[in-house]
Amino acid sequence: MLIERKWKKWVVFYLPMALFIVFTLFPFYWMAVTAIRPDPELYRTWRQASATPFWTLHPTLEHFKGLMQTTAFPHWLWNTMLIALVSTVISLICGMFAGYALARLKFRGSEFLGTAIFVTYLVPQTLLFIPLADIIRDMHLGNTPWALMLTYPTFLIPFCTWLLMGYFKTIPKELEECARIDGATRFGAMVRIIFPVAIPGILSAGIFAFTLSWNEFIYALIFMSSAELKTVPVGVVSELIRGDIFFWGQLMAGALLGSVPVALVYSFFVEYYVTGLTGSVKG
Amino acid sequence: MANVTIRNLNKNYENGFHAVKDVNLEIRDKEFVVLVGPSGCGKTTTLRMVAGLEEITSGEVLIGRNVVNELPPMDRNIAMVFQNYALYPHKSVYQNMAFGLQMRKYPKEEIEKRVREAAEILGIGPLLERKPRQLSGGQRQRVAVGRAIVRHPEVFLFDEPLSNLDAQLRVQMRVELKRLHERLETTAIYVTHDQVEAMTLGDRVVVMKDGWVQQVGEPLELYEKPANKFVAGFIGSPSMNFVDVAISESGGALWADAEGLRLKVPPQKVAGVRAHSGKRMTLGMRPEALHPASGSDHADYSFDTTVDVVEPLGNEILINFRAGGAAMVTRVDPAVRVKAHQNVRLALDQERVHFFDDKSGAAI
Repeated sequence: MLIERKWKKWVVFYLPMALFIVFTLFPFYWMAVTAIRPDPELYRTWRQASATPFWTLHPTLEHFKGLMQTTAFPHWLWNTMLIALVSTVISLICGMFAGYALARLKFRGSEFLGTAIFVTYLVPQTLLFIPLADIIRDMHLGNTPWALMLTYPTFLIPFCTWLLMGYFKTIPKELEECARIDGATRFGAMVRIIFPVAIPGILSAGIFAFTLSWNEFIYALIFMSSAELKTVPVGVVSELIRGDIFFWGQLMAGALLGSVPVALVYSFFVEYYVTGLTGSVKG
Repeated sequence: MANVTIRNLNKNYENGFHAVKDVNLEIRDKEFVVLVGPSGCGKTTTLRMVAGLEEITSGEVLIGRNVVNELPPMDRNIAMVFQNYALYPHKSVYQNMAFGLQMRKYPKEEIEKRVREAAEILGIGPLLERKPRQLSGGQRQRVAVGRAIVRHPEVFLFDEPLSNLDAQLRVQMRVELKRLHERLETTAIYVTHDQVEAMTLGDRVVVMKDGWVQQVGEPLELYEKPANKFVAGFIGSPSMNFVDVAISESGGALWADAEGLRLKVPPQKVAGVRAHSGKRMTLGMRPEALHPASGSDHADYSFDTTVDVVEPLGNEILINFRAGGAAMVTRVDPAVRVKAHQNVRLALDQERVHFFDDKSGAAI
């Protein structure tokens, strides 16, 4: 009986889980292996007897070196970091106030406004970049980091607003009523009580916003033209694929380095992030 | 220290719901007033209007001599205890209690002194460094009360503060609240749906229904002299027995008749009931106004019935039966031995009979 159960658990739990993990992690593994594989191995066909497609016996850091020395990768990394941080901060601040207002203040058309903000999030970036390009040009912001710092919030603010609005609604309104009786203004109660209580929600909105802007491609591709000013996703693709030549080693090294900060951010805040999404506040 | 005056208070919500209707109350300094009623009766809305958390549609609220309609909650010098305690989850017990004083820019030493003092009174001294989530329900309740008392407000507002506690703890906290009020001598308005809480805590009790004040009075006054059928039925547990009766005059006396039940209208009620002769009325009898009849009981105030269910509670026995077409209950001494389906003769204490107008429900 016990043996049968064990067997069952393997089939319904461990095996699917293992498959899922392999499926999810294999691309990352492939990326990592390719990044440290020497060039001769990269261009060796699989039919050769000495081929080891799934691992390498001669790991090398030459692709990382090449990436750092022959491309503007350090600049890209810095640009991406700066742009993602600034646009996240802008979006979070706007999202916190807007989300609070939509969750708590009753005013004419508040529901409509909430929906309208959400709808703007649904407008695809591939359409939105056309009018935005016009605006960026008119404001002479093209090819400066501000072009991205100011356009990313167009999709980040609706996102943060909605996520935070949902979170604020889970916070008992008695908390701020009590604060207002205790001597705080509405603004004071919001800043001193509601925001600190909403930290899990704010952090998860922040992580999401950061990731979205870190990985953003189309605006970065269109609004930035000089190699120095590009972000990682755009830089890697546009500078390491020349014509029909793919610099696989450097491409993968760039992709690997580019995903490290995001992975770090997630792993640091994973607990907050989970409570942020499931939303639970106890008084 | 202040009295609270409520004048013609009304609350209309945007969806057209009229939650509070023309409420007038004069709450004296140091008085403990309880607002009680079924859910949706407007008691909490009234309290929230006093607190400044709800806009006043019309009417006035005065704290002391000042009209506070337009004052924000922070300037009304009140403290409120909420049903869900509303402790700030990210602050320790100490910080929770100190917050109101910090907002009012009290010096640090004074804050420390007051918080320690309140913690002492409530027996939560050892908990000051804990976070609310590390406390039990009863402890949270104490912290919520502590947060209110450190401020030394002019008026305490309580919004069903005990309803999240289990039955035993509720009784204990009830006593403590009463003791606390006697010690602090501060005006208090307390909202509850529990009539036992209302009766035990209140110097005066305000019974509300559908936004209207039904009756204001001292607990025993409400019990003995309910103004209408609603109050009579709401106050007291088990609640008052009601029978639909026809009033008729025969042999120079007034009689109340219902199916299988014929009772004489007691002399002190005759004057009021006479006008309803030939009409229907509601007869009300408290469970303890009925007892098994003995030889000395007058036949005019006795009737026969069959016991339906017996509920022995230890200190008393509740006997459920049907009479006059209504389910009724009487509370008797535990020494009385009765069984279900047994025939009994019950007598009515004629001093304790209530008559209510059939239509308006007003007491006669």
